[in-house]
Amino acid sequence: MSVTNQDVKKVARLARIALPEDQVEPMTDELNNILNWIEQLGEVDVEDVEPMTSVVETSLPMREDVVTDGGIQDKVLANAPKSEDGFFVVPKVVE
Amino acid sequence: MTDLTGLTLSDALDGLNSKAFSSEEITTAYVDAIEKANGALNAYILQTPEKAIEMAKASDARRAKGEAGVLEGAPLGIKDLFSTEGVRTTACSHILGEFTPPYESTVTANLWREGAVMLGKLNMDEFAMGSSNETSFYGNVINPWRRNDGSNADLTPGGSSGGSASAVAADLCLAATASDTGGSIRQPASFTGTVGIKPTYGRASRFGMVAFASSLDQAGPIAKTVKDAAIMLNVMCSHDEKDSTSLKVEQPDWTKAIGEPVKGMKIGVPKEYRVDGMPEDIEKLWQQGIDWLKAAGCEIVDVSLPHTKYALPAYYIVAPAEASSNLARYDGMRYGLRQAGDNLTDIYQNTRAEGFGAEVKRRLMIGTYVLSAGYYDAYYLKAQKVRTKILQDFQNVFEEVDALLTPTCPSAAFALGERMDDPISMYLNDVFTVTANLAGLPGISVPVATDHHGLPMGLQVIGKALDESACLRVAAQLEEAAQFKAKPANWWSA
Repeated sequence: MSVTNQDVKKVARLARIALPEDQVEPMTDELNNILNWIEQLGEVDVEDVEPMTSVVETSLPMREDVVTDGGIQDKVLANAPKSEDGFFVVPKVVE
Repeated sequence: MTDLTGLTLSDALDGLNSKAFSSEEITTAYVDAIEKANGALNAYILQTPEKAIEMAKASDARRAKGEAGVLEGAPLGIKDLFSTEGVRTTACSHILGEFTPPYESTVTANLWREGAVMLGKLNMDEFAMGSSNETSFYGNVINPWRRNDGSNADLTPGGSSGGSASAVAADLCLAATASDTGGSIRQPASFTGTVGIKPTYGRASRFGMVAFASSLDQAGPIAKTVKDAAIMLNVMCSHDEKDSTSLKVEQPDWTKAIGEPVKGMKIGVPKEYRVDGMPEDIEKLWQQGIDWLKAAGCEIVDVSLPHTKYALPAYYIVAPAEASSNLARYDGMRYGLRQAGDNLTDIYQNTRAEGFGAEVKRRLMIGTYVLSAGYYDAYYLKAQKVRTKILQDFQNVFEEVDALLTPTCPSAAFALGERMDDPISMYLNDVFTVTANLAGLPGISVPVATDHHGLPMGLQVIGKALDESACLRVAAQLEEAAQFKAKPANWWSA
């Protein structure tokens, strides 16, 4: 399977990475190189094989459904690029 | 007083315990050494000398009260992947900006609880994506080792834990934390003449580690000796409710494995690791390892791991896919870098285009593609099934043998820039290490010889799940037999 410039633009949009026009072609080539290389997995017969989950047999642990944290507004906002009155300031998203 | 920075962790702890020197003294020696060396090596991206001295003084006070922990007073370096409360943590990515965690990773919390002292944050490939430490936003790390051909070319310390490896090799910390997703502990250890161990997946908590590929990421130490690595591993690993994949299993004292006789152990030598075009130095090194273990009474068994060649391609589906999901959180809204844009999508796209480096973008593109509608089964699910086949290969041979012996890497350290143009040739660095990540198994690299350029090379021991002890036991035997004492000549201290 190989990707086209069009595919690459779509994937860049899905990944939310701005890709200038002059970088599309090189990115397409790079991705195709890597995708062609991983294509060899097609040789492996995985009929009736379960996908791997973990090496040591284990089940997902459950925890008590209780509040363990909170009241740390200052810490939550400490790294915000912009904050005001205890809120994150984000760009307007609704017109 | 002898040079305190030249001590092993084990000897330094003895010295601290016998009050031959204080934590403040040894910490000051390291702070000075880093000050002189870091301009040349760039191993530390953030030095925290004041915090280090403060922690050292507190440690000396605890010791005076008879409250010494296992690592009491020992100055360590911390890979920038581990969140450290109040100390900038960026995984060497521009997108995290000046992010200063309000919490501590479990691994580092374990170290501080046992009295360790932090010297600073260590350089690494951006988000641990790289094998040469050339993708860091903070610049390349230089390997203290140089070829003996007089060229003085700057060599890579390997990656992604390049800062950890370079700092340990140049005596800029007693030991360092590191992390391994496809070989990022073991390959840099091999390139710098240090010891690195990745435990079984789930031994060390991932809480507070900046996530790359969650089903593969595992913390471990880089240290000067096998014993030092065991001391570090004992403290770094723990069961942790904050990580749902943390294993609730008994944790032995791994230092007890050091010096345990290996006589009677069965050691597998996998034929698939004898790759085409393997340098003669690596062939020789591997054979030497086999001979040493034979001489120590091990039985060497030729084994086959038929799916080995599919490990790297499977890795380059699984790791980017998980990365694309994990790194979706970097949107510039709640922390880190934010770029301007005309609308919300623009802001996201500009922020991520500016904040991520070329290799990270490449992997996010691959990961997004293989997870996009219609491709999940063909790529991610397929790769996860191939992982099962790779694990089954290991399980089959481990019915017969106790551990596997392989080279750690297909070459010694290469020059900076040498492999940056071809991603796949860079990825091939991890051909011997990535299998243990995919299968979740423990693996250790131990330095045993130098190549024709005088550069260190390591051997890898892969063990059964939860059998770090076998890895350490065999590695300690190799260390004992090799008597690898070579050190790089100090050219880096200003």
